[in-house]
Amino acid sequence: MSQDLLFQILVGAFVGAAAGYLGSFMVVKRMSLVGDAMSHVALPGIAVALSFGLSPMLGASIALVLAVVGVWYLQETSEIYPEALVGVFFTGSLALGILITPEAELLEALFGDIERITRLEGIIAIIFSVFILIIATVISKKLILGVISEELAKSTGVAISKINLVYLLLVGAIVALGVKFVGTLLMGALVIVPAASAKNISRGLIGYYLLSVLFGVLSAVTGVIVARNFNIATGPAVVLVSIFIFVLTYLFKTKSNEKTLVDIFSKKR
Amino acid sequence: MEPGILLRVKDLKVKFDHHVALDDISFEVKKGETLAVIGPNGAGKSVLFRALLGLIPYSGKIEWAEDIDVGYVPQRLAIAKDLPLTTEEFFALKEKNKKEVRNALTAVGFEEDKPHKGHLTHHVLKRKIGVLSGGELQRVLIAFALLGGPEVLLFDEPTSGVDVSSEETIYGLLHKLQEQKGLTMILISHELQVVYKYATTVICLNKEKVCFGPPREVLDRESLEKLYGGEVGYYRHG
Repeated sequence: MSQDLLFQILVGAFVGAAAGYLGSFMVVKRMSLVGDAMSHVALPGIAVALSFGLSPMLGASIALVLAVVGVWYLQETSEIYPEALVGVFFTGSLALGILITPEAELLEALFGDIERITRLEGIIAIIFSVFILIIATVISKKLILGVISEELAKSTGVAISKINLVYLLLVGAIVALGVKFVGTLLMGALVIVPAASAKNISRGLIGYYLLSVLFGVLSAVTGVIVARNFNIATGPAVVLVSIFIFVLTYLFKTKSNEKTLVDIFSKKR
Repeated sequence: MEPGILLRVKDLKVKFDHHVALDDISFEVKKGETLAVIGPNGAGKSVLFRALLGLIPYSGKIEWAEDIDVGYVPQRLAIAKDLPLTTEEFFALKEKNKKEVRNALTAVGFEEDKPHKGHLTHHVLKRKIGVLSGGELQRVLIAFALLGGPEVLLFDEPTSGVDVSSEETIYGLLHKLQEQKGLTMILISHELQVVYKYATTVICLNKEKVCFGPPREVLDRESLEKLYGGEVGYYRHG
């Protein structure tokens, strides 16, 4: 195995771990669409950065910070979460991004190209992934309490709106990191799918977190190796591996439903 | 604030956009009291609670006694059945000390080996919180509110989500808790029988304060008609 491949696998593992962990909150917060939509916002940012000769990752980050603040503002100021509005706004930015991205760079921006990742970019991705894992762990209890009930969380002194902002910023960060890895179109999947798979077969929170991270890492690592061996693009390979894991866990979930007969029985009393 | 007074509300007004949800509300709550908040749907009962908890903006004054710890039991939590969170982990979100959690569970009437051996551990604590029965969830939420030893408990409609057969036990339980822990209780209720039986004071709301005082004195025909618009019989079903 070449040193380059090893490095790519390492970067993929860290990004996959952080994406999976963040996804675990996104799935139970029922904001999967937001994750997907946010990944599209990166594109116009990349385009603008490229036309000014700046780093695409930087452009993506700036666009994402703006999007995060926008989503957060909508969440805080309206009683009903305007999901349709988010959908409209973000697909709009994807369309705009496709138009203004130089054609030579479009494919890479859309689907990523980990083979062209530099050492510096890789190391930055690893460091940021570790940061994301740490900060997400610090706010995890508050986030989950907010999932149960925002009012209950507030009544126990959790500044839920601040916590939501921090969380969205973390999502923005992981999307920016993943752009180089699986591309803007598919980064949402690397956040959502591992957690959705983990949810299929988890009973408790700790198992759910661990499986989300594990499936994220597994998808990324296997995807990179498969892509290299079959000479295909990395992004689609990573996402297809994660979908394969999802299908497996889904089948397992349906099968294990028989077990929960005990639960149904004891619930009926 | 004078000793013995836990909460003083003065000229409270809550507005959402151009819609006034609560207007001109003033009252006091003394230590050890049970205050029942009654009123028709849309009267602003839950809005009052959210204002008391500081969750929404309001004008006027809400003063709690100093250093007071308020426990809150929310109404009808719709927790997804497949949320990967066990009841045990839910408690750990607020309290790490397992002994404290056990104490709170005992206080709301859970026993480890009742109705059968290991019931509490295997059928409540280790299960997903989303699959608990309405009655179990309600008691779990009360236990959660009791963690940290609050002096006041705010309770949004104790009966909702509980099987009819166990309704009585929830109120009995609240009454017992109040006596054991010297808790002050503020609860929203739909049932007048319950208000008569357990509340020391009642506040009737219909966006404005319609009545306030001991239930037997203020809940006369006139104020009830003003409150519910002649549909008193319907609300008495209990």
